[in-house]
Order: sequence, then C-alpha cells, then structure tokens
Amino acid sequence: MTAPLLQIEDLSVAFHQEGRTALAVDKVSFGIEKGETLAVVGESGSGKSVTALSCVRLLPYPAASHPSGRILFKGRDMLQLPPKELQKIRGNDITMIFQEPMTSLNPLHRVEKQVGEILRRHRGLSDKAARARTLELLDAVGIRDPESRLASYPHQLSGGQRQRVMIAMALANEPDLLIADEPTTALDVTVQAQILALLKDIQERMGMAMMFITHDLGIVRKIADRVVVMTEGKVVETGATERVFTAPEHPYTRHLLAAEPTGSAPVADPNAPIVVETKDLKVWFPVKRGLLRRTVDHIKAVDGIDLEVRRGETLGVVGESGSGKTTLGFAILRLIQSEGRIVFMGDAIDQTSWSKMRPLRSKMQIVFQDPYGSLSPRMAVGEIIAEGLKIHSRMSAAEREEAVVRALTEVGLDPATRSRYPHEFSGGQRQRIAIARALVLEPDFIMLDEPTSALDRSVQAQVVDLLRAVQKRRNLTFLFISHDLQVVRALANEVIVMRSGKVVERGHTKDIFETPQTDYTRALMAAALYHEQAPAGVVAD
Amino acid sequence: MEEIRKSGDERETIPDRDAAEDLAVAFEEREATALPTGAGFDTATTLNQRRWRIFKRHRRGYVSLWLFLVLFTVTLFAEFIANDRPLLVSYKGELLVPVLVDYPEEKFGGFLARTDYRDPFIRDEIEQNGWMIWPPIRYDYRAVNTSPPTPLPSAPSWMFTKEKRCSLMPEGVDDPSCTIWNWNWLGTDDQGRDVLARVIYGFRISILFGLVLTAASSVIGIAAGAVQGYFGGWTDLLFQRFIEIWTSVPSLYIILILSAVFTPNFFLLLGILLAFSWVSLVGVVRAEFLRARNFEYVTAARALGVGSLTIMWRHLLPNAMVATLTFLPFIMNGSISTLTSLDFLGFGLPPGSPSLGELLAQGKNNIQAPWLGISGFIVISLMLSLLIFIGEAVRDAFDPRKTFV
Repeated sequence: MTAPLLQIEDLSVAFHQEGRTALAVDKVSFGIEKGETLAVVGESGSGKSVTALSCVRLLPYPAASHPSGRILFKGRDMLQLPPKELQKIRGNDITMIFQEPMTSLNPLHRVEKQVGEILRRHRGLSDKAARARTLELLDAVGIRDPESRLASYPHQLSGGQRQRVMIAMALANEPDLLIADEPTTALDVTVQAQILALLKDIQERMGMAMMFITHDLGIVRKIADRVVVMTEGKVVETGATERVFTAPEHPYTRHLLAAEPTGSAPVADPNAPIVVETKDLKVWFPVKRGLLRRTVDHIKAVDGIDLEVRRGETLGVVGESGSGKTTLGFAILRLIQSEGRIVFMGDAIDQTSWSKMRPLRSKMQIVFQDPYGSLSPRMAVGEIIAEGLKIHSRMSAAEREEAVVRALTEVGLDPATRSRYPHEFSGGQRQRIAIARALVLEPDFIMLDEPTSALDRSVQAQVVDLLRAVQKRRNLTFLFISHDLQVVRALANEVIVMRSGKVVERGHTKDIFETPQTDYTRALMAAALYHEQAPAGVVAD
Repeated sequence: MEEIRKSGDERETIPDRDAAEDLAVAFEEREATALPTGAGFDTATTLNQRRWRIFKRHRRGYVSLWLFLVLFTVTLFAEFIANDRPLLVSYKGELLVPVLVDYPEEKFGGFLARTDYRDPFIRDEIEQNGWMIWPPIRYDYRAVNTSPPTPLPSAPSWMFTKEKRCSLMPEGVDDPSCTIWNWNWLGTDDQGRDVLARVIYGFRISILFGLVLTAASSVIGIAAGAVQGYFGGWTDLLFQRFIEIWTSVPSLYIILILSAVFTPNFFLLLGILLAFSWVSLVGVVRAEFLRARNFEYVTAARALGVGSLTIMWRHLLPNAMVATLTFLPFIMNGSISTLTSLDFLGFGLPPGSPSLGELLAQGKNNIQAPWLGISGFIVISLMLSLLIFIGEAVRDAFDPRKTFV
C-alpha cells in the first residue's frame, strides 16, 4: 500500500490561556487516500475543526501548540515546514471551505476579484487569463449566468451562491485535498442538498481527496467513503461508512446514531378550545425610495396567513430561511407591527396597545433559536428566570426563589446552579434555561423559534423529549417554528409549510410527511430527510 | 458511554432526589455537564476576575494604578501634610486641634480673627505654655514665607547656605524659625507661597475636579446615549443633529466670555465644562445600545413584558459599561488638561487657588526661576501619564479579543 495523501500521526493540540493548558485534540491518527472522501464526525467541542485547521497550521499560534504528532502531506511534515513553503501549499495543494459563507468572503470585493486573486497569486495568471478561468470555475460550480455575477458583491448573492463562490475559490488551483468544515450547516436544506451534490460531482471529476467535517450523520452517509468519529479530542472509531453505520463498534458511535429525534406528538383533542387564531395576518415592510421616501413597494414577509392552534396542540411552521416563519411568530406575539386579526384565548389582541399587552405577556412566551444570544450574559441564571415573575406576580423574594427552583428542576437542571452565569453552561443546558424562563410564568402558549437548530443532534433529541413532556404535563400550546423537519415530525400535530410569506401546504403532520401534495413540499422533504437534490426550478439556489 | 458517566457524577450534586422526581428528563438521559467548548477553555472564572488578571499582568498600568492611588490618598489629606497650622497644640493644659478648628488669636494674646501660628509672638507664647505638633511642611497653599532669602520668587531652600537662608529672620541663624521645617523644598512663587504645598493642593484639586467632571459627564452622556440608541428613529435623528450643532460651538470662547462675566469658581467652571464634555460618551453608548437592542435576550425581555427603562438599565447598560469604563481614564485626562489650560490662561479657578495651570503661567512669566516651571511640568506630566497608563491597562483588560495571552 502506498503512503496516503495526508497522514496524521499522534497529533495533539493544546491551548494555553492565562497559565492553564487545555488539550483540545489528544493523540489523533488517521489518513486520507488520494481521491477519497473522509468524513470527520463529532459533536461541538470534539476537536474536529481544530484537527482540520492544524493540517494547514491555521490555529492561533502561539496560544495553540502541538505537544506531539506529525502531519505528513505528500511525505512532508506540515508542522515543521517554514512559513514560505506552507503558504505555497495553502490555497494551492490544500484548500478549505468554511461554515459561514456570510463572513468568509470579503464584503468589499467583487466576485471576480475574490476568485481571481487566488489565480493571480498562486498561478501568476494575467488579469485576462484569470478572468477566463474564473468564468470557467463559476460555471463549474453551477452559478447561472456567471458573466454577470463577476461584478457582484457578496451581499448580492444568496447563501447558496456564496458557498458556491467559496467552492470555486477552493477549486481554483485544482487542489489535491479539500478540507470542508461544515460547509452546508448554515444553509437551507434544499440548498444543502445542491451543494453536497456539487461537491461530490466535482470531487469525482477532479479526483481530489476531501476531508469533510460535519456533525450531521445524514450527510456523512450520503457523501463519505470512510468515517472518523471523534469525541473529546480523541478518535473513537474509524471505518468504512457502511460498516460504521450498520455495525458501529464504539458505544459513542452507537450513541450518536441513536440520537435522532424520534417519536411523534401526543394526539391532540380536536375539540379543545382554540388558544391562538389569526385571520389574514400580514406583515408588510415598506420599501421606500426617492427624495420624499415614498413607499413604492412592500416586502411581504407574512402575506395573509390564517391559522388556529388548539390547547395542548403543537403547530409546526416549516420553511426555508426568508420564508417569513419567524416573522409570523413575532407578529402573533405582537412583538412587531402587523395587520389582520389575532385572537388569543378568545380576545382579539391585534389592536391592543403595548402597555395593555404587558399583563398578557405572562400567558404567551417565547424560546429563541440561539441559546447563546437569548440569555443576558451578565445576569445569573436565577435572575434571568425570575425576571418575568418580578413583573407579573406579587411573589415575595422567597416565593420567587422557590418558583425558580421548581422551573429549573422541571427542565432537568440542578437548581443549585441558579447562581451561575449563562456562559458556564453548554448549549443544551442554556436552551433548558430559556425554556425554564418561559415555563416559570405558567404560560398557555409558547412560541418556539428554532429551539433546537443550534444544538448537537443528541442534545436536540433531549430537548425535544423535554418539550414533549412539559407540554403533556401542563397541557401547553406550542407554535413550533423550524426548518428541521425531523424535529418537527417528532413534535408537531399539524404542520404548515411556508414559502415567501404564504402557506404552501397545511395538514396533519403524518399526511404532510407521507403524502406531500405540492412539488415544493416534496423537494423540502427529499432534501431534509434524504439529502436529495430537488429537480430544477422547484427551489431557488 | 462517556456522557452517561458524567451525568452520574451530576446526580450526586442534587441533594434531594425525591424533590426532583418530577423531572422531565431522566438523570441518565441528561446532557453531560461540561462538554469541552471548542478550544476547551476553563470558563469557571468570572469575566471580572479574568479582567483583573489581565490588568495585573499589564505591569505598567498596575504599578501606575497603585502609584496614583497612593498619591491621591496622600493629597486627599493635604491639610495634614502641608499646613501653616499645627496639627495639635497643648496650651495651658488645653488640647487644641488647629488643623480642624479655627481659634481666634485672643486665645493666645493676639488680635487676629484667625490665629497665625507662624507668627513668632504666638509661637513663643504657645511654646512657653505647652507644645505644638506641626505637619512636615509648615506652609499651606496660601501661607507666605515672610523672610525669604532672596527677592521673590525665591529658589528652593536647599540651594542656600544656612546663613543665607535665615538672613532675613529677626535673629538670623539663631532664630527658632531657622529649621528644616520652614524650608521651601521647591522654592516659592512670586508671592512667596511654598511651591511644594501648592503642588500638593493643586494635585488634589485637579484630580477632584477631573473625577467630578468625569462622573457627571458620564452620567449625562450615558443617559443621552442610552435614550438615543434604545429608541432610535426620530429621537435618535433629532438628538444627533442637536449634538452636531452643539459640538460645533467653540467651547473655549464660551468659557472665556462666561468667565469674564461671572467670577469663576469651582462649580461654575464645572458647570461650563460639563455643558460641553457630556457629548464625549454619547457616541459610544449610543452605538452599544443600537447594537444590543436587537439581541435576542432583549427581545426575550420584551416578550416577558419588561418595561423599557428596566431593559435599558438591566440588559443594555452592562454592555455599554465596558465601552464606557474603557474611555473613563482618557476623559478624566481631558478634563484635567482643560482645567489646567484655563488656569494657565487666567480664566480658571479664582485667584489664589492652588492650581497647577497657574503655576505653569508663573513659570512662563519668571523664566529666571526654573523651579516654578519644572515643578509644574513634572507634576502635571506625572499625573497625566499615570492616568494614561491606567487607561491603557483598563482598555486591554476589557478587550474581548485578549483571549489568547
């Protein structure tokens, strides 16, 4: 057997901060053959990104260091190469794609310059030759009408297009190894499927090796030849994809594979009273132009939505980003201006003033997507949870304390942690805190805005179980907004599919998932559940 | 499994399992408590502890802080260090505290309303009937050396021989006043006042003025910035235009005109300078509020029904405080320099006040007496440098990007 293209041997990565040392990667070894796709799988904090960044020495040195190990690329140790040599390899033999297409492109440079720079730098191409090659590349990554896109700035491109430009940049010099660090995580499912298909296709055409870092096992199964499973800085399992999925050896791999959210929503009573009802709900943002700022058009974020949710029921709202699903939720909670009737517990609230809404707010609560952003970083957890109580109830400090303890216990956290600050908790724990904050007011209705999207799969499943248990016990009503169809399937009684502010399809969860009626819903399902690319024209790119 | 083993440890930390039986999630299914986050840093220490550590690591700033605190504390008690009145007097069996209490001279057989303890007659009277304890420097900022060795301004005493130093005293070298305690360590100014005493008092008044002005302009500036940033829209637009107009008013002219009309004193000066200095923080605070008002935790608070004032105070202000604290030492420096420059021009504190700017002006007018200018220069530059060094260290300590040090 010949030596692999990239061989990582005994690699360790340590970070030093203020005299302390933390080992992020601990004696990791694996190799990538020429033309192979290797998936590195693990939950956040498992050290997978750090391992990948070590390969091209992009870690924040000298805070990071390598106590042990070698990284052999074509027989040369990347960790010992002088910076000049390293620069020649970066962007030429090894290239990277990052997770966030928003921030990995320079917002001030046109597409032509972004892609062309690499060609000029590494290949020494003239402007004209670089332009021709750029066009070729953009075409290869499936950007329609590349000629006109050359002059576009990153903000004029959609997320999928930006990621395609990133890929074009990564492919510009026909690398031997492409390191893709969660390249599809920030994208919508339908776009995700397209990008995966593109990567696979290009890889086969160009015969390059790919190191694909992800936490999404569905993608791994779809794309990878071999899998490396990492946890807590160690490799626990390596093997061919098929073998790892069918016969996982390590308990952690089995745990990961079993972590899909499962089950379905408890059967709702069709005669229960309606908690929330909207009639022809609209949120239009005016587009103003000209000297007098006249309204020339509207962005119709939510465009005439009727819905009703009964007590104890969960209504799932699914759709891609920009479909208006979060705006719909905010409008129902009267956090943004809207038109159309909103009825909450039998009372119309669409005309109620902000101050008159305040007493009602304890009955309608919200849990946000980002467990890092939704908790005030400078307040202790106990204070965060008690804040609503201070406003809405006349409890004494001791009673509030008791309520906080009850809420924390209910969401499965140790009540003794209430004097700690949010940054001391993991993502899943923070989301539990956010749920506790909503529950402590004993609301009737909770809007859940992508509460699981920022979490690892296994943690997602726990949060879904928690939500289901809480709902059952308190007979709560949920409006569950998500683009993650698996989670929706596990939680919602009814689903509405939104696109461009309008309802595309609605019905019982089972019906929507098993017999979708519209092309769009079918494409969404295929992309989300099987990572299949939709036929052209059904979804945007 | 890794995770489950961790949850097992967690179980022991919950004291009462029965109370926790209503759990939605079984203990065994709980998430691990401490999954390493990305780089795996220890996050157990609070943010402020981390900042204090970074601040301490900044040697120059840390030393400056202590030096400044010592100087400030010492000068706060200027009356006990440099005074023309004794700290404690025992006179005919009675204990008197002249440093705190004004005793009429009648008590000692004189006729002035306020006892001049430096007067030979009073001094002898007290010495014969008891004793006096003097502060280390027997002048305050107004006390005049009545027997200077040379025409005023007179050079530091250590530059003369003993005979020369005491040549004007009634009994010459044998005069009881001819001691080291009556030295003018840094010489006298053109009115015979002790420069060292004036520098000590001047340092104190500069710092106090700076502190009060900084505190007042921060309060106003933060409030104004908070309102603009939080409400945005028209409030912001109008307020911003007002500030633009206001800052384009030439403040120095206004101050000169006002000082010509009114007799300047500490509080009038403070008021005038405040009217122009509060804008310095508005921009920073406004930007922080604009940024943070769309954070999810602010929306979460609004969804809880929290009022605007509470949101601003509890959720947004802590964010803005970091930016504000970083600026404070520099604003204080600016305030002190403004006061000094006004004093230098003669439009500052009322005549006779111990002011560093006035000392500089004297130095300029008396080039032949370099001790005036040099003393003023050293004290002012030391004070401003210490504050700048502290400010730099504070800025580094609050810098969120200083993760990797």
